[in-house]
Amino acid sequence: MKRLAPYLLILPGGLWLLIFLVVPMVFMASVSTQEGDMLNGFVQTFNLSTYGDALAQYRTQFLRSAGYGLMGTAVSIALAYPMAYWIAFKGGARKSTYLLLVLLPFFVSFVLRTVSWKFLLADDGMLLAPLKSMSLVPGDFHVLQTTVAVIGGLVYNYLPFMILPIYVALERVDPRVVEAAQDLYAPRREAFTKVVLPLSLPGVFAGVLMTFVPMTADYVNAGILGGPENTMIGNIIQTEYLTNSDYPTAAALSFTLMAAMLIGIFAYARALGTENVLEAAAR
Amino acid sequence: MSASDTTTAPAGRGADRPGRRVRPRSRLGDRLLKVYVWVIIAWLFLPIAVMVVFGFNDTRSKSNVNWQGFTLKWWTRLGDYPELTAAVGNSLRIALLATLITTVIGTLMGLALGRYRFRGQGATNLVIFAAIASPELVMGASLLSLFISTGVETGFATVVIAHVLFSLSFVAITVRARVIGLDRSVEEAARDLGASTWTTFWRVTFPMILPGVVSGALLAFALSIDDFVITQFTSGSLQTFPLWIWGATRMGIPPQVNILGTLIFAIGVAVAVVNTLTARRRT
Repeated sequence: MKRLAPYLLILPGGLWLLIFLVVPMVFMASVSTQEGDMLNGFVQTFNLSTYGDALAQYRTQFLRSAGYGLMGTAVSIALAYPMAYWIAFKGGARKSTYLLLVLLPFFVSFVLRTVSWKFLLADDGMLLAPLKSMSLVPGDFHVLQTTVAVIGGLVYNYLPFMILPIYVALERVDPRVVEAAQDLYAPRREAFTKVVLPLSLPGVFAGVLMTFVPMTADYVNAGILGGPENTMIGNIIQTEYLTNSDYPTAAALSFTLMAAMLIGIFAYARALGTENVLEAAAR
Repeated sequence: MSASDTTTAPAGRGADRPGRRVRPRSRLGDRLLKVYVWVIIAWLFLPIAVMVVFGFNDTRSKSNVNWQGFTLKWWTRLGDYPELTAAVGNSLRIALLATLITTVIGTLMGLALGRYRFRGQGATNLVIFAAIASPELVMGASLLSLFISTGVETGFATVVIAHVLFSLSFVAITVRARVIGLDRSVEEAARDLGASTWTTFWRVTFPMILPGVVSGALLAFALSIDDFVITQFTSGSLQTFPLWIWGATRMGIPPQVNILGTLIFAIGVAVAVVNTLTARRRT
């Protein structure tokens, strides 16, 4: 009984993950190699040409998504690091309050926050209308439907996922180690680059994983803030599944995306372990 | 640790080495960094402020983008859109049911992972990690592939299945963190005093992990009620609050959405603040 206990405890959750996370991936692979259409039904033909066709057709969107993900992640590191640093080392007794402030926006639906940005940035909206009436920007100036708007939206929506893991890593840095460096006459800058920064890198890597992956697969920001020139692979997959019902193409595209992501995710887990991400997510 | 660091260290360090010129500059740097942190927090809250304020906008047209004057009339006309009201109802029902299931099976998983060492533990951790790191788009697309292939009609039940799936890992690791931090000698004491395993669990262990269970449940509820991507893939014709907003984006969002978003936000903030305060008192 005692030896069986952990297995019994893990059973319901483990089955749920197995049946609804692992097994569906097999079904996705199966759908991607089917042929047919909604009217006549789909037949399993193990046809692999869908992959070649779909990838050729949507190469631009794939590359664009990766590009937006990289840009968004880079901007997030630049914005999040100083903030996490200040909260961890200078936040004092109010640390948990600052963290709470970073997380509170999540109580408003992600879609609603993005729609709110759409209103704010509208051509005749609150931010641009006054600038235009003062002739500070030309009359045809617009932010919506641009790459900047989409990447800005991505950074806005996923920034907390970068702040949190960096904070967790920095918070664990023993201040005495930094003091030791300073006692040994390390200039402030070197105490940072040679002591604090290396110790916080696992947090940065965890943050990269937790922002790059969802940013690249996102379609809400491109759908609401972007234009036809900003379509991401997520938008294509969503349309093929839910509007066009071209399941084989949709499954081939999402399977490719999933494979790329999973290789990255497992390479990360192998190289750096799972603890940093799990700890940051447990907050 | 760092609370004392911030209150005593700056003066102490300055007194230790008065000759160092870098100190005053670094304190200015700290102050600038604090301003920066507040700018980012303001940026995170800006679209939420817009959402709240425009619930009081006396708008006449369908697009609630420009300020027309203050009114409370939308509060009395909250039910003007029966489909919106039904969508919010669905969101609440889904979130309650998903939270209940997730909390029970996630707590069991967290107990198993935090307490025992067993064969397959590494694999379980890896699957949980993959569930957290995988993009929602991929989870939604593979679930939809499963439901299409097996002929399961998408709707309320499939959305609940999906929501349990993505919040399960978060609950499991939140509980796990709490279980690892437990003082086991308290349980041993209970057993030495003749308590059965069952009694020990309910009278000693469970009360001690309860804060982790509550945080996990709150997180599961917040994740569920705001979810858009997986819900869109698994909902069929069922509407939820975020789905309704997405559908209405092109025509214009009525102020009722702002008010409902504000109410959900206010309740979420209240619960989160109470949880943080009680958690602080407990520790």
